[in-house]
Parts: sequence; structure tokens; C-alpha cells
Amino acid sequence: MSNTPSTLFDKVWDAHVVRKIEDGPDVFFIDRHFIHEVTSPVAFLGLESRGLNVMSPERTFATADHNTPTINQHLPVKDLLSANQLRALESNSSKYGISHWGLGNPKNGIVHVVGPENGITLPGMTIVCGDSHTSTHGAFGAIAFGIGTSEVEMVLSSQCIMQPKPKKMRINVNGKLSKAVTPKDVTLYIIAQLTTGGATGYFVEYAGDVFRNMSMEGRMTVCNMSIEMGARGGIIAPDETTFNYINGREKAPKGEAWDKALSYWKTLKTDEGATFDEEYHFDAADIEPMITYGTNPGMGMGISKNIPLATDLKGGVATYEKSLNYMGFHEGEQMKGKKIDYVFIGSCTNGRIEDFRAFASIIKGRKKADNVTAWIVPGSHIVEQQIKEEGILDILTEAGFELRQPGCSACLAMNDDKIPAGKYAVSTSNRNFEGRQGPGSRTLLASPLMAAAAAVTGMVTDPRELMEVQEEELELSYGL
Amino acid sequence: MPITNKMAYDKFTVLRSSAVPLPIENVDTDQIIPARFLKATERKEFGDNLFRDWRYNPDNSPKEDFILNNPVYSGKILVGGKNFGSGSSREHAAWAIYDYGFRCVVSSFFADIFKGNSLNIGILPVQVSAEFLDRIFTAIEADPKTELEVNLPEQTITILATGEQESFDINGYKKHNMINGFDDIDYLQAMKDEVNTFAAKSLY
Repeated sequence: MSNTPSTLFDKVWDAHVVRKIEDGPDVFFIDRHFIHEVTSPVAFLGLESRGLNVMSPERTFATADHNTPTINQHLPVKDLLSANQLRALESNSSKYGISHWGLGNPKNGIVHVVGPENGITLPGMTIVCGDSHTSTHGAFGAIAFGIGTSEVEMVLSSQCIMQPKPKKMRINVNGKLSKAVTPKDVTLYIIAQLTTGGATGYFVEYAGDVFRNMSMEGRMTVCNMSIEMGARGGIIAPDETTFNYINGREKAPKGEAWDKALSYWKTLKTDEGATFDEEYHFDAADIEPMITYGTNPGMGMGISKNIPLATDLKGGVATYEKSLNYMGFHEGEQMKGKKIDYVFIGSCTNGRIEDFRAFASIIKGRKKADNVTAWIVPGSHIVEQQIKEEGILDILTEAGFELRQPGCSACLAMNDDKIPAGKYAVSTSNRNFEGRQGPGSRTLLASPLMAAAAAVTGMVTDPRELMEVQEEELELSYGL
Repeated sequence: MPITNKMAYDKFTVLRSSAVPLPIENVDTDQIIPARFLKATERKEFGDNLFRDWRYNPDNSPKEDFILNNPVYSGKILVGGKNFGSGSSREHAAWAIYDYGFRCVVSSFFADIFKGNSLNIGILPVQVSAEFLDRIFTAIEADPKTELEVNLPEQTITILATGEQESFDINGYKKHNMINGFDDIDYLQAMKDEVNTFAAKSLY
């Protein structure tokens, strides 16, 4: 190894290049591959048509999540096409010897929740899945990103894909976050600063106090949203927080293997003096609880602000107007006080136990607003179990909420959980695109605290107005 | 269930065609094909649902003001605003564009995953400058039948009516694949021994 200072990203990337093609992509080795029911069936058909086998079935893990219902999971899936995809995942997994956590399996859940919680995701790995939010796993110091179905077929058949190496960006956030500012707010703030395409072509390392102090769950939320500013993925250097999270999980290394892995993982950080193609610095104190007002995740603002004026934009006015028109909002308006119809907490972005703790901290002692339909969806059965064991379910039930069963749910309008046309939903998920949560649906992206505040007031509400808890107590959430 | 070789695509050399303009920025893959149409287990008929919710009303009647429903515009080239294909990694978005009949998408900026997916299935993403993109939109506005010529071997795109031309980037490996109709799986299979040797040393 040379002594040239190197970035975390370079260290992991370069360790996985099987071959460099001149004037072409790198042949890139993949350590872990997650598959789900939607983007894998055609890849398996491709294998069959070429007469190819799965090269390393032990490196691929299947879970059903996108199409699964979030109630009555013990009953047959009613939607025939969904049921067909779920069956295809099961039969393909069985045929090729791939581990499969299907509907009803106690390990089942959203792919980006179950991977980390079972110790499949480890520092220094390369991880791909036919799902853009694979960037989530970067929270562990892995290079993780979403791929298309052709690439799923490549990984199945050769454990490699062809990837041009992205450019490198570092985003530093230093200082102390204010009250009620969660990891979701940090990421929505960053995306609003960079815009929805601002990191396209880059892989982002997140650095600075804010991420150092953040829990693993918070880091996963931040890395998850990297794709929403166009970045292929995000990565955070592993540290004691990471190692403590992994240690003892089912598929994590044990004994001697753990010691050996740990000594390697401790080298996974950006060296002093290493350079990036682009670097940003943000001050934690500038970040407020965030909410989106438009139709891409870059259209977000602090809750005390007003919707920007078209005249303040750098171009793109027609697209901006189309977006506000879809949302039924006007430039210059406040978001606070706007009546909402639905609240969705869950998804690979905010479907982990800390998210439900945050949500419950505001719900406790209050009642669900009558005009609100709330979908509360754990990211996995393990999270569901935690919700029950920690007494969060009691708080929710007392307040008039119901807990659903794990799955992607209302994040993407693929299963039964769809927001009706014209309705407003405050959602902890990751995308507010037109129709993302159902044809004609209108999504306001926010944190679990903001979602809880909306659920009990029936309107967009600054969560700080409802937080009577001491700041010390709040620090329990997300490590912040 | 019929088995089709999904990677089969036509070779791409020079494409001369009129184009369909979509001057909207940040066209995400949920618009290109909404998630509820991703339920097939085979690659077929995705073109029917291309831009589904912009193209059809909830009762499935066509929205007359959407460009694909305007018979004046046609062709094998789709011209989109900047940051085309953002969002989900669904290759179904590229399949829908291909299956509808487009072979080339022109924009001033593409999302990474969409760009890679397109190249993998035989759609050529052509990235031009913002100025040239404006000129293309202007030319189509002046004459919806105006033709563009996309020359992959030369890496140029030309507005034939005016002769205005710009060159575009593509790496040599992908260019070779597109011109010959090759795909990555064949390449990877051919280096299987090298991959096996590499895998044997893997830490994980």
C-alpha cells in the first residue's frame, strides 16, 4: 500500500476492483446482495434463458417487502400479481439455494432494515440491491448502492457488476443540533441545500460531529436519503458506535473472526490530507425541523420558513410552478397550519425502533386528530416486537392509533396502502414525487417528530410546540 | 411462461429520427413508470404504462394535453429536461421507454442509475449542454417533424434542419457494446476464472 492519503471510499472501492477496463468501467466485486420480489424475477428469467447458475448463493439474501400487505399477513395475498411476484421470489430462492425471509417469516421486513439488524451488513463490504435506497447500508462504512435488474442478473451470475468509479464528495456538519432536529431533518436540510440532482455523479462521505454523535439508526436515515440528491450512495466511517451495534448480531463475525474483522474495520477512515472532488460544510445550528412543500425531496424548508418565491429560483420556473400546482400550494405561503389527511410513519428511511420512540414521545398523553388516518408501519418483525416490548404499542393504542405489520407500505403505492388522490400525507418516507404514495397523492416529507405532531393536531405543526420534555431526555433519541 | 432473452437489443450506430419533447426538469422514474405497474415477473408490455399518470386520466382516457397523446409528435428520440431519470433504480423505467419505441434519450443531465440501466438495455443516453438542449426544444417547437441525427461512432448529435451539432461522451467500452449489441453478462462470464480467484481472497 502506498502512503498517499486515501479516502474511506477509495479504500473500500479499490479493494473490490477485480479488473480495470481501459476507457470503461471497473469490474467490481460484490460481497453482499439483497434481492426482493419486484426487481429480481426478470433477472432470474435472464439466467434461465442463458443457462447460467447463481455463482455464490450464500452472498445473496432475499426478503419480501415492496408488495406485501401490512394487515392480515397470515391470509393469502389478495392481489394476484403481487402474490405471483412473492411466489417467484420464493421459488427462485429455493431453486438456487438463496436464504429467503418471505411473508410470515419472523425475520421478514424491509430489506434495508433487516440487513443491518441481523448483522448481514458489515463495514468495508460492497453491498448492492435492486433498490436505490440500498445507500442505507453505507452507515456502516460499506459501499452500498442501488442497481438495475440487468445488474441483479450480473451479480447473481458472476458476483460482479461493471461500474465507473463515482467522484467523491464530503459533506461536513459540525456543531450542536437544536431541539427536535433529528437525522431526517439533517438529511432533508442537506438535500435542500444541494438540490435533488446536486450530488449526481458522486459518492458522499458524511463527516463531522453531528454524524459522529449520531446513533446507527440515525446514520442509516441519512445514508438512505443520499440518493435523493442524486448521489449513488453515502458512507460514514465505522467507529465504536458501529462496532457496538454489530457485535452479537446473528450473522456478525464471532470470536477470533470478530477480532480480526475489528482490526481491519478500524483502518476504514479517511486519512488526514486525503482530497475530495467536492466538499461542503454546514453548521448544525442552522438546521430546523424540516418539511417538504414540493414534488422532489430537494424542495424542503425549515418549518418556520415560507415556501420560496419563483423569482428567487435559479431557473426552472415552469417546473417549479407545475410542482406547486400539483401540491395545491402557493409561493410565499407558510406550511404551518396546513390541514393534512394522512400520516405515515415507517419505510427504510424511518421505520426503526428509534423512529417509533421519537414518534411516541409526542403521541404520549395525546389523541389522534379525528381528520387524520394514520399508518404506523414497523420496518421489520423485530422492530414490531420492540415496539410491543417497550410499551410503545400501549401509548399508540391509548392515543387511538393502530400498529400495522412490516413492509414498505405507503412509501411507494405498490401494495394496498395508497394515499387517495388529492389528499395530503405527512410521511417519514423518502420521496414526495407526484403520485409516489398513490395516483394524485400529495406527500410532505418529514421526521417522525413532525409526523407525530401532525397526527395529533391534524395539521402541519412545529413539533417543538408540543415538546414539553427536557432536552436531556431528548438526547436519548438518535444519540443526539 | 415464455422465456425471452431480455438482453437482446438492436445494435446502435446512427439514428435519424424526429423527436418527442418533454421540457420538464427532474423527471423521476415514478413518473416514467409508477410502482403499481412493476408487478410483472416478465419483461413485457411496460411501454403501455410509460408516463402512465401523465398520459392517462384515472378512468384510463388519454390526457389530451400530454405530449405522447399528441399525434403531431413522434419518433425514436425522447428529449427531456435536466436531471432526467432521478429516483428509484427500477430498470422498468428504461424498459418502458424502450418498449414504447424510443432508442435514445437526450437531456442536459441524467441521474446515474437511470443512465446505467439505459445503456445496459440498449437505450443511448445523450447528454448535451443546456444551451444545445434549448436549441433542440426550439427546433421541435418550430417544426415537430424536425429530425435529429444521433451518430454513436462519431459521438455527435445534429439538428439536421440547421446543421447545429454537439458531441457527447460515452466510454469506449459501452460504445463498443452498443454498436455491437453486446452486454456485460457475456463479458463477465468470459472472465469467470479471474472472478473466482478474486472471490477466494474475499474477506467476507
